[in-house]
Amino acid sequence: MEKSLLAPGHRACAGCAMPTTIRLVLDAAGPNTIVVSPTSCLEVTTTPFPESAWCVPWIHSLFENAAAVASGVEVMQKRMGLDTNVVIIGGDGSTFDIGMGSNSGMFERGHKILYVCYDNEAYMNTGVQRSGSTPFCAHTTTTPSGSQSQGNARPKKDMPAIALAHKVPYVATASVAYPVDLRRKVKKALQVNGPSYIQVNAPCITGWTFEAGLMIELARLAVESGLWPLLEYENGELVGVKKVRRPKLVEEYLKLQGRYKHLFKKAECADMRGQIQAMADANIAKYKLVD
Amino acid sequence: MSEKTANMKVVEGSYAVAHAVMCCRPDVISAYPITPQTHIVENLSQMVADGELDSEFLTVDSEFSALSVLVGSSAAGARSYSSTTSQGLALMYEVLYNVSGMRLPIVMNVANRALGAPLNIWNDQQDAIGARDVGWLQIYVEDVQEAVDATLQAYKIAEDAEIRTPIMVCMDGFVLTHVYEPVELLDKEKAREFLPAYQPANILDPAKPKTFGAFADPSTYTEFRYQQFEAQLKALDKIEKVAREFEETFGRYYGGLIDSYQAEDAEIVIVTLGSVIGTIKDAIDAMRSEGKKVGLLKVRSYRPFPVQALRKALKDASVIAVIEKDVSIGSEAGLVTDLKAAFYNSNIRIPIIGFTAGLGGRDITVKDIRKIVDKAETARKGIEFEFEFLNLRTEIL
Repeated sequence: MEKSLLAPGHRACAGCAMPTTIRLVLDAAGPNTIVVSPTSCLEVTTTPFPESAWCVPWIHSLFENAAAVASGVEVMQKRMGLDTNVVIIGGDGSTFDIGMGSNSGMFERGHKILYVCYDNEAYMNTGVQRSGSTPFCAHTTTTPSGSQSQGNARPKKDMPAIALAHKVPYVATASVAYPVDLRRKVKKALQVNGPSYIQVNAPCITGWTFEAGLMIELARLAVESGLWPLLEYENGELVGVKKVRRPKLVEEYLKLQGRYKHLFKKAECADMRGQIQAMADANIAKYKLVD
Repeated sequence: MSEKTANMKVVEGSYAVAHAVMCCRPDVISAYPITPQTHIVENLSQMVADGELDSEFLTVDSEFSALSVLVGSSAAGARSYSSTTSQGLALMYEVLYNVSGMRLPIVMNVANRALGAPLNIWNDQQDAIGARDVGWLQIYVEDVQEAVDATLQAYKIAEDAEIRTPIMVCMDGFVLTHVYEPVELLDKEKAREFLPAYQPANILDPAKPKTFGAFADPSTYTEFRYQQFEAQLKALDKIEKVAREFEETFGRYYGGLIDSYQAEDAEIVIVTLGSVIGTIKDAIDAMRSEGKKVGLLKVRSYRPFPVQALRKALKDASVIAVIEKDVSIGSEAGLVTDLKAAFYNSNIRIPIIGFTAGLGGRDITVKDIRKIVDKAETARKGIEFEFEFLNLRTEIL
């Protein structure tokens, strides 16, 4: 394998899915790439001045403007007659919530930009607060479980559907546990003459609280349980679904994570676990995940 | 027709500024509609549509995104332009610090307007004065011609290798953006000679990968700010130098950092910024004919604040009255506070009184200027008040 475009020595936690995701994306994109990132763990851990882990040009401006900044970068590449890949890599907080206006503008203007969201399902950089991506029942520091609470009361926002509603020509979900699939999707997205969106399931060891070494295992269980179907849309049509041979029960996925431990302590939470299983079953049926 | 007036046309202020922007040849323009700035970017859009201007024009979802687009384009090597006002400038606030912190030489016209609440679309300068600390240079212009000329000068100052700092060219909304007056439009070729192509020192380039917008901890953050501070102090000379170079090429000069009118022997000096200067000059002419030694000092560069130039220009005054269209609620107002601070450690001991006036578009008349001068006369004998709202309608309070 060639030298990675994300150098070692960054400050991310051991067992974090984010640097692995970046390396896979950059492997596929190659050196002729400019990366734009919103404020996140990514920025803080990879660019402590005067050091930088980035071996491609990289720019961070603010939390909520990566898509607008990337738009400016992209028009200037075109103006100069360059065919540089412009890739946004950002977390779910900036993608689902605070950057929504800017993302919507970029999608709608049709820039040739690949947006990769590494989705760890909460504001991890600030200490595990709920985001629009936080799943049903997950404990976060702003949706804590308690005597009157079973964690986050609402299901996760459907960001790929929002991208599809903008008629983004290539939309996909991916997982850090499926590197071949992720790299293929990145390569495909970069061929699209317009915006593309890939949402990558990226477990956070401190936010989800799991044992070191389980990061890939958890990401795989999310897919195998049906909670994180691997999908691919071209021009609004579902063209690719990663089949699951033998679906796992969601409990196998939930029980390994501290953010769901309240669901196994309280008797009344059996119903919550049932509701989460129903979400997975609905995905299995909707996307025909099992042959 | 002489060569000097060959390009003289009666046009709307916004068109004149858009024409000046065209002569600056920006690669990327991004803006969002807001009154009274909109005519500037409408004109620019039309110029692009008609092939008169070869720029990428991005219509965006907000002013916040407009300036964010320019962060990306400027970092990619583009000469970049926007214009805004009031709420739009407020929405850009976070990006303003980012642009200056990354040393991106973006130029923006601010069509000064009041901020809500209550909603008000008319002119004052609370928007830009409130943004005095964001690290941008700020030039305030007196009339449309100066707005045109300052816009071209702005790129030359901002893009200078020693400065590399964004600039707001502040022009009073409606008063200057919507007025039709005779203006000498810039000659494209002369503008090209005056302002060559942008030569950025660092850009986003895969051949030479660089990291922009890194994370700085307490051991390095202060030095980033210090370098910005130093660049603004260097801009004191640069603004003056560019104004003189402009004079050589185009034959017009408005002062670099400051300008004055009837100030040399003046006992009472009015200090201000922006379009109210025209009214003040009329008032001064009338009062001079009555034998009153009144003069004007115009602050053209508010950031950097020209402390030495102001000390030198005002040292012989007997009393100073500052009039400005902004207020620092809970204190006084921007210009008067800065002026007092500029004098405190000098030997100059002149009474200074401040007035906030013209908020939310209320007219400032010759009569008002006379009233200020009367109050200044009184202040010579002893200050009764330091700061007041001029023409406050006490009957509706």
